Amino acid sequence: MTDAAAGSLRPDGAPRSARPVRARPRRALRRTLPGLLAARLAGAVFVLWAVATITFFAIRLIPGDPAEAILGGPGSQTSPEALAAVRARYGLDQPVVVQYLAQLGRLATGDLGRSYALRQDVAPLLVGQLGGTLLLAALALVVAWLFALVLATWSTRGGRFAWYLGSGLEIVAAALPHFWLATALIVLFSVWLGWLPPISTPGPAGLVLPVLTLAVPLAGFLGQIMRESLLTALESPFVLSARARGEGDRGVRWIHALRHASLPAISLSGWAFGSLISGAVVVETIFARPGLGRTMLNAVTVRDVPVVIGVVMIVAVGYILMTVVTDLAQWIADPRLRRR
Amino acid sequence: MSDLEIQADLGRQARAREPRRRRIGVAEALAAAFALFLVVAAVAPSVLAPGDPLAIDPLSAFQPPNLAHWFGTDESGRDIFTRVSHGTGGSLVIGILATAIGLGLGIVLGTMAGMLGRVVDFTVNRFLEVLFAFPGLLLALLVILVFGPGTQTATVAVGLATAPGYARIIRGQLISVRSSAFVEAATVLGRGRRQILVRHILPNTLAPLFVLGTLGIGQAVVWASALSYLGLGAAPPAAEWGAMLSAGRTYITSAWWMAFFPGLFIVLTAVTATSLGRALERRLRHA
Amino acid sequence: MSQGTGPAARRAAVTPTLVSMLRVRDLAVGFGGQPGTDPVVAGVSFDIAPGECLALVGESGSGKSVTARSLIGLAGDDAWLQAAELEINGSDVLGLSDAQWRRRRGRDVGLVLQDALVSLDPLRPIGREIADSLRLHTTLDRAARRTRVQEVLERVGLPDGRTRVRQRSGELSGGQRQRALIASAIALDPPLLLIDEPTTALDVTVQAQILDLLESLKRHGTAILLISHDLAVVGRIADRIAVMSAGRIVERGPAARLLASPKHEQTRRMIAAIPIDKPRGTRLSSPEGRADAPASAPASASAPAPAEVVLEASGLVKTFRRPDGSEQRAVDGVSFRLLRGTTLGLVGESGSGKTTTARLLLALSRPDAGEVRVLGRPFSAVTERQRRRLRPELGAIYQDALSSFDPRLSVDAVLRDAVRGARHAARQAGNAARDRARVLELLDQVSLPATLLSRRPLSLSGGQRQRVGIARALASEPQILVCDEPVSSLDVTVQAQVLDLLDELQRERGLSLLLISHDLGVIQHASDQVAVMLDGTIVETGDTAQVFTAPRHPYTQSLLAAVPRLG
Repeated sequence: MTDAAAGSLRPDGAPRSARPVRARPRRALRRTLPGLLAARLAGAVFVLWAVATITFFAIRLIPGDPAEAILGGPGSQTSPEALAAVRARYGLDQPVVVQYLAQLGRLATGDLGRSYALRQDVAPLLVGQLGGTLLLAALALVVAWLFALVLATWSTRGGRFAWYLGSGLEIVAAALPHFWLATALIVLFSVWLGWLPPISTPGPAGLVLPVLTLAVPLAGFLGQIMRESLLTALESPFVLSARARGEGDRGVRWIHALRHASLPAISLSGWAFGSLISGAVVVETIFARPGLGRTMLNAVTVRDVPVVIGVVMIVAVGYILMTVVTDLAQWIADPRLRRR
Repeated sequence: MSDLEIQADLGRQARAREPRRRRIGVAEALAAAFALFLVVAAVAPSVLAPGDPLAIDPLSAFQPPNLAHWFGTDESGRDIFTRVSHGTGGSLVIGILATAIGLGLGIVLGTMAGMLGRVVDFTVNRFLEVLFAFPGLLLALLVILVFGPGTQTATVAVGLATAPGYARIIRGQLISVRSSAFVEAATVLGRGRRQILVRHILPNTLAPLFVLGTLGIGQAVVWASALSYLGLGAAPPAAEWGAMLSAGRTYITSAWWMAFFPGLFIVLTAVTATSLGRALERRLRHA
Repeated sequence: MSQGTGPAARRAAVTPTLVSMLRVRDLAVGFGGQPGTDPVVAGVSFDIAPGECLALVGESGSGKSVTARSLIGLAGDDAWLQAAELEINGSDVLGLSDAQWRRRRGRDVGLVLQDALVSLDPLRPIGREIADSLRLHTTLDRAARRTRVQEVLERVGLPDGRTRVRQRSGELSGGQRQRALIASAIALDPPLLLIDEPTTALDVTVQAQILDLLESLKRHGTAILLISHDLAVVGRIADRIAVMSAGRIVERGPAARLLASPKHEQTRRMIAAIPIDKPRGTRLSSPEGRADAPASAPASASAPAPAEVVLEASGLVKTFRRPDGSEQRAVDGVSFRLLRGTTLGLVGESGSGKTTTARLLLALSRPDAGEVRVLGRPFSAVTERQRRRLRPELGAIYQDALSSFDPRLSVDAVLRDAVRGARHAARQAGNAARDRARVLELLDQVSLPATLLSRRPLSLSGGQRQRVGIARALASEPQILVCDEPVSSLDVTVQAQVLDLLDELQRERGLSLLLISHDLGVIQHASDQVAVMLDGTIVETGDTAQVFTAPRHPYTQSLLAAVPRLG
């Protein structure tokens, strides 16, 4: 029974815990790991189908003749025969429903079609780009966590000054647009100091600035969240109990508080993924780094529909995977989810 | 989760944390002052910068910041302070319109989910879940792919991209207020559904929307200028911050100020919106 | 350190002539500002001998918890502390550095906080929490620590240690959790234990078990400082009692003497406030400005005529779905009748279905089976629109008064809403001036000053909030009041005032009360009839006197045996 949960934390006095015994329907499946995964899988299939559907019908809103777009846009003078050939080849002369089902069928088999602009198959093209973006995002996530941890622990340890400075830094960091931060970092480290290359070169040095650009704003968000929950944890009775057993400041932080502080930040991983992907669009463009983000931007600029659909599908899959990873991480970090 | 949901959460938590809370903090005062500056710059930019933002003066091109040109000049000798000031209106209008679109859609979706029963709630929720699978700018990019680049498309795109976040917050707020103890107490007192809606549920749901809107404008300005920067929104030589920054990128090695100052204004606008939003949140809470 | 040596043995080895384990002289503690200014605690002196239990008793904010925390060096970052003497186990602890304190905490002195659910780290297994002080203060290896943890768990009455050590506080019941918390404090067998409200959130039967455990620690030779607001609880195990008020000790003495013949006003007030064994109708609080209530006989006795049933529950059933999908019958066939002008006490421990029953009675949730009738008319089986006509007859008072007020509204707005609503329901014309007069009248009935009108409930004290809640419930002149744990989050003395107020209102207006509480003392004092709930069913009903003197059901008997009484 956990109904006596919301006890008062006042140091003095004896208020009894409030216990509203209210039926709060919680998803039963959340409780077991296989149930959780099954529910996730069903949800994933649904989300992917919906993403594909929305994208398919959104694309049809594009004014103009898709066959012309395939042959290089309205400007390129193409013969009616060529247009007809393209229509037949891409199935554009079929009814919409048939096209839609064919599209779903292709997506289900992993066939993302052929790029209008690059004249090559989309799936292998994007798979080739995937690695670079994933590396960038993963490194940025790790760096952001480190920054956030350091900032949060430091600003809760010092006095009022550290508190103000820490929270100020975090708010500013969270508000920094990627494109401006990247510009500032290039000016500082490449132009003035000459330490690092202004565009992404192969090798670790070329990764530093892109990773920093992605990591700093994310660290601003994560840091704010961690500091709040760290403070809450440090003020909680179980920390007082630990101190009363002779635990020191460091022990209290490492054994008790940081674990509690990381829970809310872990639950945000899905959001962090999205934020990193949109950041990657900007960062890969600025640093001229090959990757999904830059490919997406170029495709949007030249209206290369199959590539855009491909990126959208891959990102959706990534987002779903990330939510599964988030669930698993929470499962591991918070034993209360595993109860019963 | 969206940036906004996180911002809103953080604002709610920031509460009693500040060591000894003054009536108006230094940060809030600074934010308010900058907000005033922005409003003046948006309504009457000539008061702050009497010059013409598009006036070309090739003789004074690429001047670093000095007394005559506080923020320096660009490749055509245009005064950057004048351009930044005159760009305020454009950037703010985009931000405000985008927020209005996002918040409006969010209110419609969130209210439907929160008020119209389980079936609608389930449907709207699934729909929002799908939209969250187009994270961040992706939805905005898709909108631009369909309707082509430009200021108006960028505004609509940012609005659409932020709508799911708003919708989820509003739905959550509605549901928590609806099942709160004071609404039950009103039921026990014999109040009718409509009375409870008007007297308790709507005021307690709508008040936080002001906070959300304030936080959201900062985010929308950043996103809109990101689209301009990528060449998908406002295009040079328009005096829009993102476009100016993008134009300055070419000269980054020789004239850093061209990109620095427009960007600084974007950052300051976002920080101001965050600070004011949190201050508003506290005020609502403790009023 | 050798195992199995009690504090007594260790003490003999250190200082053979020690008579006091804790010695405090002229302790003063304050927060912020200059040391010595605005103390929260001042002039506090006492000793505790080995094997002795001193209880420090007082209301919220009297400074008792601050005192306890100062004694282990954990009053807080911005706290200052002054004392003429402060000795633990014969050694001076005044002005110790934090590192020196750390070496003593857990070894020389232990602290047990209230509410074990949050006082043990919810993310860590209790085995680790208990082993912490072993890890910090001894050189025992992992295996030895594990053995020692098992021993300690056995000592606090949590056998089957092998599986227990892997559980976390959230997986244990309230009593088990409290035992685990005590185990984590006594792992190294400190000769001095500071215990803060150890039984506060617990049901009476569990409470009795925890007190037995503390008793056994005392016999073992541990010196105990027990912090509590409840004289009835401490009377069971304390050897001496010190009563605190406004940061000072106002009275002290051997427990029996102090409880039997209290001298100080504060002590007398606290003893008078204890409801158990006080007949119905006697005041628990000293009258406050209003005409002294006549010590008349209870309402039920003055109206012996066969009374009319005003609220009737028949065969109520409510089932909830558990998180794992199985079904739980929170309320399983509950029936009772509330007679006009009387109080029916519904008593049960946590999880017995009391609150669900209250929600069914107020038609906040719909019963799966059974029916509620108000004044003989159907209440649960009709639509909300039809029910609305009967709502004014049925007022409600909640445990958490604060959350039952719209956070945006002032006291004035809350009451005006209620008055206007009542007027509309009665189809009376009215105007702002008349509403205002009625609001003031209501405030007067619950003895609140009109100066509170502009305040928000958040800024009121717990007792004041509950009074505003009562005033709101009275606005429609109801015949029935459903009170769900109305006093359980209040201090004993404030509880006494609220109970007296309810009693007074009942006598003046012939109200019928359904009083729901986990506290047998409150139920015994305030009700004419009693219904005892267990696992969603009513196991025993009857006249209060009869049930409390000759309980028939074994569960009622065990409950009554566990109730702490004075003397």
